[in-house]
Amino acid sequence: MTKITFTFNGKPIELHTDPSRRFLDVIRNDLKHTGPKEGCGEGECGACAVLINGHIVNSCILPLANVHHQEVMTIEGFSKTKRYAVIEEAFIKEGAVQCGICIPGMIIAVESLLNRNPNPSDEEIRVGLSGNLCRCTGYNMIVKAVLRAKEMGKGLW
Amino acid sequence: MVRHRIPVTLEEALEHLNETTYKIIAGGTDLMVQNRAWSELPPKFDAPLLFCFNLEALKYVKEENAFIKIGSMTDLETLLHHPLTPEILRKVIYEMASPAIRKVSTLSGNIGNASPAADSLLALYALDAKVEIKSQKETRLSTVSELILGPRKTALKQNEIITEIIIPKSSFTQTCFVKVGGRRADAISKVAFVGCASVENNVIKDIRMTINAVAARLIRRQDIEKGLCEKTPDEVKQNVNAILEAYSTSIQPIDDQRSNKDYRKYTANNLIKAFLNTL
Repeated sequence: MTKITFTFNGKPIELHTDPSRRFLDVIRNDLKHTGPKEGCGEGECGACAVLINGHIVNSCILPLANVHHQEVMTIEGFSKTKRYAVIEEAFIKEGAVQCGICIPGMIIAVESLLNRNPNPSDEEIRVGLSGNLCRCTGYNMIVKAVLRAKEMGKGLW
Repeated sequence: MVRHRIPVTLEEALEHLNETTYKIIAGGTDLMVQNRAWSELPPKFDAPLLFCFNLEALKYVKEENAFIKIGSMTDLETLLHHPLTPEILRKVIYEMASPAIRKVSTLSGNIGNASPAADSLLALYALDAKVEIKSQKETRLSTVSELILGPRKTALKQNEIITEIIIPKSSFTQTCFVKVGGRRADAISKVAFVGCASVENNVIKDIRMTINAVAARLIRRQDIEKGLCEKTPDEVKQNVNAILEAYSTSIQPIDDQRSNKDYRKYTANNLIKAFLNTL
């Protein structure tokens, strides 16, 4: 047992547990947040994505120890922000959500991308979302949604 | 009971390493997958872990005389955007994994994991990179290529940790990275190639070629490279078959789940040929 402290969706958290556990398991089982999903379990699909200090990270291959003293935000925390509202509306307008299982991770990837680059090109969007698989849309609607979000949310990022 | 550690300083990490055997883990993108257990269970490691990714003192990129020095816990996403990162290393990192994985991946992890298919090693071998290695009593330097002994095997001692990657500054008139993988992002290479060259007044002054995933260790044949220097690009292009023949003793790929021997050998030859034809 090791003491691990971090900020989780704005709240300080202290856990006493095995620091080698996958952060995804801690989020879903200990912290009861089920927004991040397990898809592949090896960092290839992005369904488990969370923000660490504002940057996308795959929580399924992240040992809990590596979030010690860091700021974590999941889709649940992010969904309370203005930026989320813009991305959500853009995804709805462009029909970018079908089955939905990739969407929490996809939205985390969009936020992480716009955080670093508020005005990405089509190519930069595809690179920014390259770690997130979507088996329904074929990606074009998602890319269009990001292009729409960056226009709608000018000044927010 | 397994006792993992999360040191706060390098000194503390070295002290732990001096006491007993630990598996050093940085971002964990390789180790967490290699040792994964069922969902919801902790990964299975055969030694306690020393978590070093949060050692802030090992996160930096700086220029010192003729060298770029990179702290061993610097993530690849930071390197991708850093102005001091050598051009060819940036080209390689751009095509490695995805933004999420790059944020927690390190050069030192790629070195320590010693995969024959590691992409960043292509650039590090070509750039003659060295590593600084520390134990509680000693600091030593090694070239990256000498440190890696074979698949998953390095010459790191159990009380040592890689603290810095040291890259001599160099300039080339052309650099090239080609990765052949199953997917544009997040793919492990079937085969990948780095070529760097300087051609001045139609004479090759410097040429370096590295290939991964076609042998137990990455390939760089400095003997062949030397033979190409001071020649004109046309002389080299006319001799392509002899050059490929010289490489063939080193290109000894295997079949695995990602590709097969014949494809790897054929593709590696084509990558060398294509690069030489751009000179």
